[in-house]
Amino acid sequence: MQLTGAQALIKSLEQEGVDTIFGLPGGAILPVYDPILDSSIRHILVRHEQGAGHMAEGYALATGKAGVAMVTSGPGATNIVTPIANAHMDSTPLVIITGQVATASIGSDAFQECDITGITMGITKHNFLIQSAHEIPRAVAAAFYLATSGRPGPVLIDLPKDVSQSTMEWWYPESIEELDLPGYHPEVAVDERAVARAVEIICRSERPVLYVGGGTLKSRAHQDLLAFAERTKMPVVTTLMARGAFPDSHEQHLGMPGMHGMYSAVAAIQKSDLLISLGARFDDRVTGQVSTFAANAKIIHVDIDKAEFNKVRRADVSLQTNVASALQALDAANATPQNLDVWWKEIRTWQERYPLVYDEPTTEGPLRPQHVIEAIAKKAAPGTIVSAGVGQHQMWASQFWEFEEPGTWVNSGGAGTMGFGVPAAIGAKVGRPDRTVWCIDGDGCFQMTAQELVTARAEGIPIKVAILNNAYLGMVRQWQEMFYEERYSEVYLSADLPDYVKWAEAMGCVGLRATNLQEMHDVIDQANLINDVPVVIDFRTDSSEKVFPMVAAGASNDDIMVHPLLRGEDQ
Amino acid sequence: MTPEPFLGVIERTPVRHHILSVLVENKAGVLARIAGLFARRGFNIYSLAVAPSEGNARFSRVTIVVDAESAPLEQIVGQLDKLVNVVTIKDLAPRDAIERELLLATMSVDNSNRAQVLDVAANTGASIVDVNAASVTMMLAGTPSACDQLEKDLELFVGVELQRTGRVALPRLVQTATA
Repeated sequence: MQLTGAQALIKSLEQEGVDTIFGLPGGAILPVYDPILDSSIRHILVRHEQGAGHMAEGYALATGKAGVAMVTSGPGATNIVTPIANAHMDSTPLVIITGQVATASIGSDAFQECDITGITMGITKHNFLIQSAHEIPRAVAAAFYLATSGRPGPVLIDLPKDVSQSTMEWWYPESIEELDLPGYHPEVAVDERAVARAVEIICRSERPVLYVGGGTLKSRAHQDLLAFAERTKMPVVTTLMARGAFPDSHEQHLGMPGMHGMYSAVAAIQKSDLLISLGARFDDRVTGQVSTFAANAKIIHVDIDKAEFNKVRRADVSLQTNVASALQALDAANATPQNLDVWWKEIRTWQERYPLVYDEPTTEGPLRPQHVIEAIAKKAAPGTIVSAGVGQHQMWASQFWEFEEPGTWVNSGGAGTMGFGVPAAIGAKVGRPDRTVWCIDGDGCFQMTAQELVTARAEGIPIKVAILNNAYLGMVRQWQEMFYEERYSEVYLSADLPDYVKWAEAMGCVGLRATNLQEMHDVIDQANLINDVPVVIDFRTDSSEKVFPMVAAGASNDDIMVHPLLRGEDQ
Repeated sequence: MTPEPFLGVIERTPVRHHILSVLVENKAGVLARIAGLFARRGFNIYSLAVAPSEGNARFSRVTIVVDAESAPLEQIVGQLDKLVNVVTIKDLAPRDAIERELLLATMSVDNSNRAQVLDVAANTGASIVDVNAASVTMMLAGTPSACDQLEKDLELFVGVELQRTGRVALPRLVQTATA
């Protein structure tokens, strides 16, 4: 069967089971947009290529499958660089297809030419510049295999226009061997000797903590984690990337560690004698000052990526495998710590003394952002997916929303990409149309990517967006208040400019506003009744609210600052 | 084969250097991937040599001398191994490797110093590859320290143009006793 390169690309995507492409056409990718008309794959036409990338990420985080985005060459390709970098930091599986100028024009500064494989070399797991139509099936199959296996990540395929226009005899690789990846071996057998050493350390431990990272979700190890945690009675902390890997309602869950983590989670790590890191990478937002991080703890580091070992913190045992296999091996070896009653007693004291708190909401407003999140959560259907942008609202969402299952928290962790929330929510809703999707956003973030609500309305993707509108770039404002002597520099945005309700309406969404408690409850109820179009709510929140607990950047976790309401004599 | 004695710290080379013998797929951009990785992770490359390997057009061998002071070797190898086009990495400690390098040097000479230049060549084992009334070109293929020595000796002369290839290395074969 003779196909054009363009047809072969679309057919290859069909072979990989792709049901959705997020994209925007342009000159160099034009040939590929023709066979889309004849394909069963749904194409979602975004308004900006960055939106396509973040939607693909939201789709991937909510479904566990690779997200697919397609854009044209030059500016189309550079506009999707931020989502690629974001996915690379968070190990999110993406396959990005970019159009490229014709092979004969590459290097000639042709119209809309840019070296996107060069630009993305450092922020992709791998990328391909296709030279002939015959290579397309292999590149697509390899891209999906690379993106989703081992430590997942984004893979980019750059497709010159003449290649998509030329013809090829259709074929498709039938085995991994045919992918021609002699240097790629993602499966690593569990090292039994390392397991034995880990078991020895675990059995001696009296104050262990399971430090659960995003790799636990990536390897779908939440059931293994639950079984292991319940058998061993170990306390669990879940990082920002791992929210939902262990139920927040579980009595062994201490919550999120790190800069804005739960006091008990941070304290337990600091006082632990053993940290079992499960697909986490000792990020600076978790460790604070590295030299004082869990200073007396032995480290058992489980990761599929061996380059993570000893990068930040030297491990006593490195176990290179996926989290599920590691937990199964430790379970099979009956790794059990000492009696943890004393340890739990200490942890319970911290939990009682330093719960998550915020100031009493006032009837007339402004609203407490934490209270808004709790109110939305209380009225949300079970299994609701939450996305967030980056900043204060993101931290509050992670703190005050109770995550019970994988795939319900969609956020930008390592890269901290403002504007992630709205498009990621759209992608998540496309991947899981059966679920309610709330985007908890900030006013600063919303303004960066709000145009994708036009996409959501046009494509019938009814997400709900809660803007915690405090009229500021809130997290930067918080730092300026705390560390720059309240010298506020370029952080004021205004609560009224733009008018978020009118803006929402102009984009075909329902726009609502809440300034006091009664309105807050009313608009949430109203939003919950709307399931056919996107809803945007402008919640007017208190600008002076700060995220607590907080460990200042570079400070020791031992110097965690709790909410002023909890500050006693001895703090 | 008699192993050469390890001569200790080699001048002009980082105090703690390691040799990575890296087999890569012979694909466009592989060198850029390696160089880019070293640059963005802050690993220092001391020298780098690339050529097709083992009579197989599919693969090339890259010999990289890395500065193990700039980053832990484990990090360098771990990150390098993540490049999809990197097939195998052999980490050769200097004492376990046979290292060779080629040095080419050309310099202007006249009757007053021609003999002196030829003496330097003879003493260091360099061969004369071109000679005429106004210049001499010599070549040395040898250990990095021999090349260091020659380079030092040539500092006495003016108008020297000198190029070294960077080292290539293979593991020293260890004879094992047969049972």
